[in-house]
Amino acid sequence: MNTSYNIDKKGYYGKFGGAYIPEMLFPNVEELRNSYLDIMSEPAFQQEFHDLLRDYVGRPSPLYFAKRLSEKYNTKIYLKREDLNHTGAHKVNNTIGQILVAKRLGKKRIIAETGAGQHGVATATVCALMGIECIVYMGEIDIARQAPNVARMKMLGATVVPATSGSKTLKDATNEAIRDWINNPVDTHYIIGSVVGPHPYPDMVARFQSVISEEMKKQLREKEGRELPDYVIACVGGGSNAAGAFYHFLDQKEVGLIAVEAAGKGIYSGESAATSALGKDGIIHGSRTLLMQSDDGQITEPYSISAGLDYPGVGPLHAHLYDSGRGEFISISDDEAMKAGLELCKLEGIIPAIESSHALAVFKTRQFQPDDVVILNLSGRGDKDLNTYINYFDL
Amino acid sequence: MNRINTKLQEDKKLLSIYFTAGYPSLNDTATIITELQKSGVDMIEIGLPFSDPLADGPTIQKSSTHALTNGMTTETLFEQLTTIRESVTIPLIIMGYFNPMMQYGFEKFCAKCQEIGIDGLIIPDLPIDVYHEQYETIFKQYGLKNIFLITPQTSEERIRYIDNISDSFIYMVSSASTTGAKSGFGDEQKEYFERIHNMNLKNPQIVGFGISNHETFTQATTYAKGAIIGSAFIKYLNQNKSTDINSFTQNILQNPL
Repeated sequence: MNTSYNIDKKGYYGKFGGAYIPEMLFPNVEELRNSYLDIMSEPAFQQEFHDLLRDYVGRPSPLYFAKRLSEKYNTKIYLKREDLNHTGAHKVNNTIGQILVAKRLGKKRIIAETGAGQHGVATATVCALMGIECIVYMGEIDIARQAPNVARMKMLGATVVPATSGSKTLKDATNEAIRDWINNPVDTHYIIGSVVGPHPYPDMVARFQSVISEEMKKQLREKEGRELPDYVIACVGGGSNAAGAFYHFLDQKEVGLIAVEAAGKGIYSGESAATSALGKDGIIHGSRTLLMQSDDGQITEPYSISAGLDYPGVGPLHAHLYDSGRGEFISISDDEAMKAGLELCKLEGIIPAIESSHALAVFKTRQFQPDDVVILNLSGRGDKDLNTYINYFDL
Repeated sequence: MNRINTKLQEDKKLLSIYFTAGYPSLNDTATIITELQKSGVDMIEIGLPFSDPLADGPTIQKSSTHALTNGMTTETLFEQLTTIRESVTIPLIIMGYFNPMMQYGFEKFCAKCQEIGIDGLIIPDLPIDVYHEQYETIFKQYGLKNIFLITPQTSEERIRYIDNISDSFIYMVSSASTTGAKSGFGDEQKEYFERIHNMNLKNPQIVGFGISNHETFTQATTYAKGAIIGSAFIKYLNQNKSTDINSFTQNILQNPL
């Protein structure tokens, strides 16, 4: 698929993307850039990837018609159940893909960054599956507040290294992973967890996650006799689940793409992660994109109750969707998200991840027509967030 | 002629020192520069601090965070440098990441550099192709040299390309690593230094990363034109006054004066 919303030959989505990396990283990134499309198009690779997605991850994930939720908001709502994947979220689609790429490149060592720990767990999982050494960088502050995921990674055999620089959260964990890669340029593959970083990462990760929208089309045909929904809704931190949910609809302008960002305690409260509203064109982690920064160009620390949306930038694809007007961007506060999450529990018997709860809150703020078909990408399950739910609602 | 190129013609091995502007104290910049010149340093890299310095090891990271906490900004740095050319004659290079320069406005940034008397820029995360397509004319317009890095992993073809578009010196990163002092250079580095030397590039090379004392300075400059010291100098500043730089430089050079 080659549309103006997809990546161009130089690795840009419009003016966003590219590879703004120090020379020390050039050989690693160049090797990946030169080989990822060839590797991914090998029939044997596709076979192995899809076999693992089916037998290990449990794909296809169901497209579930949420009857009571639909009644409440007077529109037709389908939930794409990425929460039912092995490890509890969409993250594993990408780590399965990248570990297979790493194997074909002959890499012996895997590094990854993680914020809340979901991508770290998904990476540790596939490394255990393949018997490859795994090192996960995680901010010191996140290690303290996400203890269960730290334990999971350790049980899976990964080494968790605290990132103690800067603000000691996701962006610093990403810096540390990049520095590790600079120091280990030959035997190591860096599994980035979102559609961020230097080209070809945003495109490669989007392609691995695109299985989500590929399945949506097939499943919607079975259920509604049509492939195209009227809207797709997904939350955006870095933006990998949204990239996967939007991917096969980028071209179809009749499909509305709704990206939901975390407004934290309010967009202008100073504690927010609403990058499209607050961000400016700049460079973060090797990519030109929208990011939250000071007037002087220093990257600022975002805030959201949801650790998975707590990133100061957004992938270059999303920056382009925002800039071009192709995507509709909505910001949802902590409080709106938490209430929407609890509502899904009561109406459908599904406990969503707080990231996905941000997407669910859109129904309170935006009207849809009764005959609209709306697919919401339920990116993850809420087990990891129980403590936050307990504290927030005094359960 | 640009001060860097004049300096490169001198018949000696060059010592270049990096420091982070705004560290240890916000207003140390001019003092450090004048003291470095007085102590016999040949060239200075002024680090523009950034919140997320990807290519830097812990020492420079910490100094950058510290400098930002002290209140350093691009505008402040330029103010501190306004009259620097009244007393300083050696080449001055600004080393920084691209985002702060982009936010300042890259052309405005370069114009300001020219006005102050900055001779060149080192921007580790500005890719060569982007430089070539979008920014090369701005560099030239304001008389600034863009200095590129090579590493032991850089292919011969790419080194030739970099040599071709460079017009001052090539910053030769000593090993595959972030910045920071190592214990010394092994056979691998020596082989790399020799390999690059034998390529007979048109631009001289100055070695950086991992140089911390007289021994590593001598090893690095056996083949190369000079060497750059950063982290070791920052560590020195942790423990010594910004006005007491002479002994650091003399330790590195150990000139038989």
